[in-house]
Amino acid sequence: MNTRVLEIRKGILNKNDEIARGLRGRLQHAGVLTVNLVSSPGAGKTALLQRTLRVLREQGLHAAALVGDLATDNDARRLAESGVPVKQINTDGRCHLEAQMVSDHLADWDLGALDYLFIENVGNLVCPSSYDLGEDVRVVLLSVTEGEDKPLKYPNIFNSADIAIITKMDIAEACEFDLETASANIQSVRPGMQILTTSSKSGVGMNDWLSCLAHERQSRTLTTADA
Amino acid sequence: MHTKYAVNPALYSCADMHELSIAYSLVEIASQSAQDAGATKVVSVTLRLGALSGVVRGALEFGYEVATADTLLTGSTLIVKELPVRVYCVECAQVVELLSVQSFRCPVCGTPSGDLRQGRELEIESIEIDVPDKKEAP
Repeated sequence: MNTRVLEIRKGILNKNDEIARGLRGRLQHAGVLTVNLVSSPGAGKTALLQRTLRVLREQGLHAAALVGDLATDNDARRLAESGVPVKQINTDGRCHLEAQMVSDHLADWDLGALDYLFIENVGNLVCPSSYDLGEDVRVVLLSVTEGEDKPLKYPNIFNSADIAIITKMDIAEACEFDLETASANIQSVRPGMQILTTSSKSGVGMNDWLSCLAHERQSRTLTTADA
Repeated sequence: MHTKYAVNPALYSCADMHELSIAYSLVEIASQSAQDAGATKVVSVTLRLGALSGVVRGALEFGYEVATADTLLTGSTLIVKELPVRVYCVECAQVVELLSVQSFRCPVCGTPSGDLRQGRELEIESIEIDVPDKKEAP
């Protein structure tokens, strides 16, 4: 018997990453901008999506949503009210979504008919950061009720995101929320990240968010012209 | 009387799902490589773990014990090489190591930088395996 060292140099999440790469290619080819929404539970992912889906529909754009949830389909039912295609991904207690789950749930959708695909991840600021879902843009939400130091407590997920949205701005004052400090903390863990502020209730900041989405689509030349 | 929670990391973290499923993937990759090399046993696995990998070392070590049961990796040692975050600093024109994951600034000149060069690693660097000797001529 002899003992030897075998070099491997292989990523443990390679399998997920490969599926995600394939997915991203498929979605981009179909002209879909894919957005992965991550946040802690209760930060307002569903509320933001409700409003976003409704407005996009009014603008004549075609969006769809996949919603990850540990056990219920409450969020999917809320989103379905906006009249766009919505599918629930029940993770059976899993704390995050994986690329395979997204791929499985897209199987019977006509991607060519879509402009936007939103993936609402499981409310969790730790595990989802490691899993690429094939998205073009990862958006992290921080609600004003959570405190300004969340980005410093969870640098991984904030660093992995492309855009940050500070939600529930309508109650910022009551929460004594310090926007400047929160923004500085986000910049500290992810220099240069675009920060938006919204209220899904009052609609404040929704225009900025929607132009941001349109810009992301344009910059990837995922135009609606050929749809 | 007080309640003791620190019995099982799975109870106070996501270990039962996140790190455990990562441990299973790790075992799958290592087992396959060991088998391909004709090994009868894996002695140790060396892992490169970046500070931004999103994986808690203690939870992964716990998951490793569970995931290696009844495999070629049973009883093997998990060697974790923790990698700090490194970014490229434009001002200094070099790759620098961050002092903390809470502050993406060059420790030399203080310029903010998000140009990540190291820190997300979650990969098997190598495995140490036992391979039976080739049959000797009589």
